[in-house]
Amino acid sequence: MLELNNIYKTFHAGTVNEKRAINGVSLKLEDGDFVTVIGGNGAGKSTILNLIAGVFPVDEGNIRLNDIDLTHLPEHKRAKYLGRVFQDPMMGTAATMGIEENLALAYRRGQSRGLGSGISSKERQLYQEKLAALGLGLEDRMTSKVGLLSGGQRQALTLLMATLKKPDLLLLDEHTAALDPKTADKVLQLTDELVSRDKLTTLMVTHNMKNAIQYGNRLIMMDAGRIVVDISGEEKKKLTVRDLLEKFHIESDRMLLSE
Amino acid sequence: MEILELINALPGAVAQGLIWGIMAVGVYITYRVLDIADLTVDGSITTGGAVCVMLMLAGFPAWAAMLCAVGAGLLAGLVTGLLHTAMGIPALLAGILTQLSLYSINLRIMQKSNQSISVDKYDLLVSLRYISQAIVVCAVLVLVLIAVLYWFFGTSLGCAIRATGANPNMSRAQGINVNATKIIGLMISNGLVALAGALLSQYNGFADVKMGIGSIVIGLAAVIIGDVIFSRIFRNFALKLLAVVFGAIIYYIVLQIVFWFGLNPDYLKLLTAVIVAVFLAIPYWKSKYFTKPVKRGE
Repeated sequence: MLELNNIYKTFHAGTVNEKRAINGVSLKLEDGDFVTVIGGNGAGKSTILNLIAGVFPVDEGNIRLNDIDLTHLPEHKRAKYLGRVFQDPMMGTAATMGIEENLALAYRRGQSRGLGSGISSKERQLYQEKLAALGLGLEDRMTSKVGLLSGGQRQALTLLMATLKKPDLLLLDEHTAALDPKTADKVLQLTDELVSRDKLTTLMVTHNMKNAIQYGNRLIMMDAGRIVVDISGEEKKKLTVRDLLEKFHIESDRMLLSE
Repeated sequence: MEILELINALPGAVAQGLIWGIMAVGVYITYRVLDIADLTVDGSITTGGAVCVMLMLAGFPAWAAMLCAVGAGLLAGLVTGLLHTAMGIPALLAGILTQLSLYSINLRIMQKSNQSISVDKYDLLVSLRYISQAIVVCAVLVLVLIAVLYWFFGTSLGCAIRATGANPNMSRAQGINVNATKIIGLMISNGLVALAGALLSQYNGFADVKMGIGSIVIGLAAVIIGDVIFSRIFRNFALKLLAVVFGAIIYYIVLQIVFWFGLNPDYLKLLTAVIVAVFLAIPYWKSKYFTKPVKRGE
């Protein structure tokens, strides 16, 4: 269970560029919740994810995950509990290392890294099975450098890495935004499969309202650092893009993008 | 007769290349693995030499003196690492600060700017008096070091260090304490550099407070020459390290040849800088002017 209590975050405080990014956000996720987050540019979607991940500290409020207080833990210690996929396909993998080496790094998330073998042959077998399940043919290229993969392949791999050790919370930060529509759909389907198979508690930021409605059991819309819409259960299931647009005076999907 | 002169000079070049190869492997770990240009090495190579010579003059056996030299190098790397991570100083500047402080420390270690150690009175591991022995000793040492480093960078910790250099964002997301891995990498690097300094001072028969000037550039030259010549055939990590050592040997052989052609040795550092500048520019020029669009598979 994730709990955000009264979170505030301001960037560049005390300068002309002062920007209140998060303005009093409280949020509670039950185990197994798959929550999609929409909102215009600067609404605070990515900031919330980065605050949970510990990329920068909160100004006020606290973050708890399964009764562990994450608020003051450094980023690398929080990683033990979190799986993360980023918008930029370059960001989630080490380009100059092999596919299996990247997976081995992810397999050791949350463990201390000592002088034991960096990758065992038993692990290799596991990775091969997991890669084969992606259906991208990566299982035959285990030692290839990740830098040789396409953006879609890299995101699929990052997703696999984020879920290789079951995370208490999966954070997806517009992880399909940099992909072409066809590849984006594939990666989203894969996301849905992995999330429902392992019943992962998930926060997925997206720019695409259709995706936000299609996936997950709960939808949150943010604006100016606040949560302004929170729909779940039956209401979420029946929700259409038109409903969302009419109900919340959004003129079009495009407005979300350009705001 | 003249060509004989060159041939006679070659074993010395190989011995020096092997010693500098160890130093260059240290530079490789920061420059290529960690993606940090660490200028500490100009100071820590001298520290290694100074500690080794002073301890041997005090009666320590060569192996003990060299171990202490490595320890001093590890400490130098630790200082740069802490300046960079705990104090937030950019890596380049952190290295320069440590390098500058080491100049004073090296003077204090040696009491004066130059300390010589005679191969007649002390049991040196390598000496330019016995070049073939020096080559064998250094070659064995190089192979052992590469084997150990190959093992180490295959461990969980070693992989974490490599990941830190490759993508710090991803590393943090996977729970790697990148400050710790950077410090460890810098320590290992400077430990190797100090070991090279210890060997170099024995080989030359003296340690000098100025012996480290520009050594980062020689190290980089070895890394880059090794890369340019061997990168197509050497893909394994151990072979890449070997390529760096070969790069150092080639560098010293080329220097010998150039001086044999009659170039004034005063131009040594200038020539080194030019070699490094040109080899650094080649990949840039290649990517800028000679790339063909490549189709990437889905």
